[in-house]
Amino acid sequence: MIYFDNSATTKPFPEVVDSFVKVSSEFFGNPSSIHRLGVEAESLLAQARKQIGELLQVNPREVYFTSGGTESNNLAIKGTALMYRNRGKHIITSAVEHASVREAFQQLKELGFRITVVPVDTEGRVSISDIEDAICHDTILVSIMHVNNEVGTIQPIKEIGNMLKGYSKILFHVDYVQGVGKVALDIQRYHIDLCSISAHKFHGLKGTGVLVVREGVQISPLFSGGNQEWKLRSGTENVAGAVSMAKALRLTLQSYKTKLSQISEVQSYLLKELQALEDIVIHTPSKGQAPHIINFSVKGFRGEVFVHALEEKGLIVSTTSACSSKKKAISHTLLAMNVSKEVAESAIRMSLSYENTLEEASKAVSIIQTTATELREVMH
Amino acid sequence: MNYDRILIRYGEISTKGRNRTKFVEKLKRSAKRALTKFPNIIIETTRDRMYILLNGENGEGIIEKLKILPGIQSFSPVIKTSLDLEEVKEAALQLFLNNYKVGDTFKISTRRANKDYPLDTGQLNYALGSHILQNVPDLKVDVKNPTIDVQVEVRTEAVYLSIETIMGAGGMPIGSSGKAMLMLSGGIDSPVAGYMAMKRGVEIEAVHFFSPPFTSERSKQKVVELAEKLSLLNGGYFTLHIVPFTAIQQLIQKQIPENYTMTATRRMMLRITDEIRRKFEGLAIVTGESLGQVASQTLESMLAINDVTSTPILRPLITMDKSEIINIAKTIDTHHISIQPYEDCCTVFVPAAPKTKPKLEKVQYYESFVDFEQLIQEAVDKVETIQIKPDDDKKDQVFGELF
Repeated sequence: MIYFDNSATTKPFPEVVDSFVKVSSEFFGNPSSIHRLGVEAESLLAQARKQIGELLQVNPREVYFTSGGTESNNLAIKGTALMYRNRGKHIITSAVEHASVREAFQQLKELGFRITVVPVDTEGRVSISDIEDAICHDTILVSIMHVNNEVGTIQPIKEIGNMLKGYSKILFHVDYVQGVGKVALDIQRYHIDLCSISAHKFHGLKGTGVLVVREGVQISPLFSGGNQEWKLRSGTENVAGAVSMAKALRLTLQSYKTKLSQISEVQSYLLKELQALEDIVIHTPSKGQAPHIINFSVKGFRGEVFVHALEEKGLIVSTTSACSSKKKAISHTLLAMNVSKEVAESAIRMSLSYENTLEEASKAVSIIQTTATELREVMH
Repeated sequence: MNYDRILIRYGEISTKGRNRTKFVEKLKRSAKRALTKFPNIIIETTRDRMYILLNGENGEGIIEKLKILPGIQSFSPVIKTSLDLEEVKEAALQLFLNNYKVGDTFKISTRRANKDYPLDTGQLNYALGSHILQNVPDLKVDVKNPTIDVQVEVRTEAVYLSIETIMGAGGMPIGSSGKAMLMLSGGIDSPVAGYMAMKRGVEIEAVHFFSPPFTSERSKQKVVELAEKLSLLNGGYFTLHIVPFTAIQQLIQKQIPENYTMTATRRMMLRITDEIRRKFEGLAIVTGESLGQVASQTLESMLAINDVTSTPILRPLITMDKSEIINIAKTIDTHHISIQPYEDCCTVFVPAAPKTKPKLEKVQYYESFVDFEQLIQEAVDKVETIQIKPDDDKKDQVFGELF
């Protein structure tokens, strides 16, 4: 099996699962308990927070554990809206965000917020001037993703952050879920106030994530309860999850240092070979893209038909993002990039991890090629 | 744009006459210890400046460490360029853009130590200023009160550029004033007192009184965390003495009238701390007392408590208000640890109505019926000494492979 669906989720590293099992069984105390078991659990949690802070180059106090990317995005967006609803009711995002951002914005719209969705160009990139033009006197939040989960376009986060630093009333949230471990992001220097990551995208476990909240920034909690995570996120802490996430992030960033050229090489190989095939349109831009996502359409076939056909031959890929691919929805990102509905319906996403090799890529290309030929014979 | 060195301006060291070289050495040692994580740096010292050459190490990380190091007045990250004017112009622009936000004004301040440089100060100011103006739309010069001051120093070997002047902690390098024992409770005040003494160059070891089961493992953990925070001023190294105090406290409860238990307890703590001080060759005791804050901190109480020793007791917070102390606790990042609600040995046995004006003769009289000497010696002998070391070594020891 060739697993090219790493943007949907990654296979957890065995070491990560080991950590999880060990912490769950040996350090099962509640970090809020006052006995020794509680103290141990709390100090494990503190160490996980510290390691993640160091790896992301933020202060450990700025690391808040959540259940994953969706919760982090919801907490960042709704938490800001709740906190500052008396300061302003206008929030800005882009047309290519993940569903957890898009739908959070929709929900806030129903609650009376004004939302601006800035468009993207044909490569899926927002323009800084569009964002700046959208800013009103009562804008309180700009939420822009770092790496697009469907096509891999990197947004100009540094420039947006620099522009926004002139607007002290606006918080800047970045959905870093697809970028972390693959494309560096200087959270502090780019003036990012809120930043979401999710462990299962980097060989950690599902149900664990982080929202980085810059020191001094206050947002409202969404859960009421025992006031864990400095009152921002109530609920007994997932200590084993946090520890295993810290480990997954360390291992992934190690790969980032040693294997970035390898993954980029695999990507450029795939882009080059696919480009040469008949009736294939590549949607992933060739400049300013993350090294692990390749999005393309095989004209004439619906995406899901092709995904199933490839799976029969042992190549695991997906249509658009995993979250929407079950719903037969057409890719928002591709439509926003001005790709025609027909072509967008045929879109396929391959997404790599540092574990993937050139050999797998070359097999994948030949599988795609034969599948396309075979399917065409059936159709004609 | 990467900085390649950090220029450090000394604090009070520079006024210390003949001891100056010694102080500079202490600061260099302090900096070296604080920066062990950055093995490639080189530290150069001169009479009135210290330079840290980064050699490719992470400048931001180093800046964070330097901010809290006692003995530094201020410091600036510096870029070195060749004498070539074009290169200087480009570097100045890049440096400027890194710090610029819309609405800022600027000026160029050139110092030309190299008098052979073809352009004079005014010409350099003009050349660099106009280059930045041409490249940044709507930018204005303000020589009186600029938001950004680009400092340019032309020397014979190179040109140095800097923008930021970051304030250091001030004070004197640790170790330049000898060693003292800090009575560290876990509350808000004592870590601040320790910090202030360390800032004044005192090498600090902390003494904490632990009364299991009346005080929990958590309260001890809390003190370790506070000690870790203080260790950051000393490059991550810190010594913490934990005194088993249960037996003495129980004896006090049994033998001393209730309204005098607090006074007697404080006297015992001071006696034990003094013993530990002697054992570890300290010269003074530091406490977080602030006048009138609680019953034990009235002048009458101090007179009654201080009676047990003639060792100098330093009380850096004595005239400070609680709100001032809290502000410092927040700056040194101990406040959130201190306010965790765990009992310490001072809060467990607190009497309903402690004497705010205890009489020395009375407490002496009550104590005269009890033999504390042996218990004190036992407590001192059973002290658990914890050596706090920089994080990296520790991490591997504790939970090892889990991370």
